[in-house]
Amino acid sequence: MGLLSSLFGRTKPVEPKLDQVFSLPSAGVTLQSSLGLVTTGRAGVCYKATPGATAMASDDEIRNLLTMGDTDGKISITVDDLGYNWIVIHDDDLADLVARVHGAHTTLTENGLGPHLLCSVFGFEPQTPPGEGSVQMVYLAKTGTFYPFAPRDEKRRDNEYEIRIKNFLEEELPIEADLARWMALWGNPVA
Amino acid sequence: MSQREQRGYIKDHGLSFRMFLTGLGLVALYGIIGALLARLGVGLVLIVVIEFGMLFGQYWFSDKIAMMSMRARVVSPDEEPELHAMIDRLCLLANMPKPKVGVSDLDMPNAFATGRNPAHAAVVVTTGIRQRLDAEELEAVLAHELSHVAHRDVAVMTIASGVGMLAGIMMRMAMWGAMLGGGGGDDRDRSNAFLLEIAVWLVSMIVYAVSFLLTMALSRYRELSADRAGAILIGKPSALASALVKVTGDLARIPNQDLRRVEGMNAFFFTPALAKGSVGAIFSTHPPLQKRLDQLARIEREMNQ
Repeated sequence: MGLLSSLFGRTKPVEPKLDQVFSLPSAGVTLQSSLGLVTTGRAGVCYKATPGATAMASDDEIRNLLTMGDTDGKISITVDDLGYNWIVIHDDDLADLVARVHGAHTTLTENGLGPHLLCSVFGFEPQTPPGEGSVQMVYLAKTGTFYPFAPRDEKRRDNEYEIRIKNFLEEELPIEADLARWMALWGNPVA
Repeated sequence: MSQREQRGYIKDHGLSFRMFLTGLGLVALYGIIGALLARLGVGLVLIVVIEFGMLFGQYWFSDKIAMMSMRARVVSPDEEPELHAMIDRLCLLANMPKPKVGVSDLDMPNAFATGRNPAHAAVVVTTGIRQRLDAEELEAVLAHELSHVAHRDVAVMTIASGVGMLAGIMMRMAMWGAMLGGGGGDDRDRSNAFLLEIAVWLVSMIVYAVSFLLTMALSRYRELSADRAGAILIGKPSALASALVKVTGDLARIPNQDLRRVEGMNAFFFTPALAKGSVGAIFSTHPPLQKRLDQLARIEREMNQ
């Protein structure tokens, strides 16, 4: 936020950063080789649902835009308990999954939902279960940074594992430096 | 001005009037401390330094002062997971640092943001406001308060009132200067000096009062700005509007009472006489409810174009 616009009380809505998401596929290689984690083939795009014509009114419109009418069941839309929408996308190949998520980001932004884009979540699981458990890589739309989220049962998260993953990926992924922004996304539909 | 930290939701004119008196009292306190120091032989420059030091302390510790006065405590994500999740998400949407989250057990429906800058901010909600609003409305209120943080309203309002104080002090200095230039030393002059001293006091109080009214006007503008930014952040001006109606209307004051009895009860209150006129409006830190609702309706229309 610019100082002047704050002082005049005129802060503008923040547009998302979209391109950094493309650093995930190469980090996925490291995740597999170092930690034995592979994609679950599921990702979720989380945005704040808004009424009005600038936003796409219905889930159907979003689905049509995202799939270009190709209804192969790879996209579903749910609402979480905080009233945010989740577009859940399936694709077994990580690079394709990232490309689809980027496509969804772009579509939402072009339709005026950019400021309402919160984050996208990519699921990863151990290649050979049980392993050390699954983890989600969260992409924060406004900062263009990633952080790991490893939810365990009963609203507990494995912070040690998260920090370790961060240390492994620091070189190739823009990791969110402010730990206060590593928000918990309990019960998100990607898990 | 003691209420500066509390950029909150309550707006009733009785409160505004008491705030005006409190603010004026606070200014008088600053004046009295200054006068005492002067009697003790402290130099004028040092007095100015001490007074601005006090103002700076109010600014620097604004978060702690406001939280103490509202009997609020900071809550952890474990204690209040939902409140934290809401604020987490709003902060990430607005790309701003997350403030401390506080809860006050007061039944009065209120919420406020405080702190000298976004990195040292706190957002506090009372139990009363959480009971009265649904999740969407509470989120709208939080977005409004976070906008106050983003707009650095505590800093802006502190500087504004500091400028007001400075104007008063300069006025006093100028008048003292004019008096001392007069010279003379017999009894007659001494009684004149006493009268002049009173005149100086009166004029500087008037300057303080005018600057206080200007500060209040600025505060109302900041409220509208926070409404606007908050409504745009959540993308749903109507949620903020319904929260405002629930929290700032007469409903908020007597929420659990039969509405037919409200009118009768008013006779026992000190405030309605002021509330009906426009006198209250210029003392008020918050714009009238209708003005805020009108703005939100306008934003809603703009969004739907």
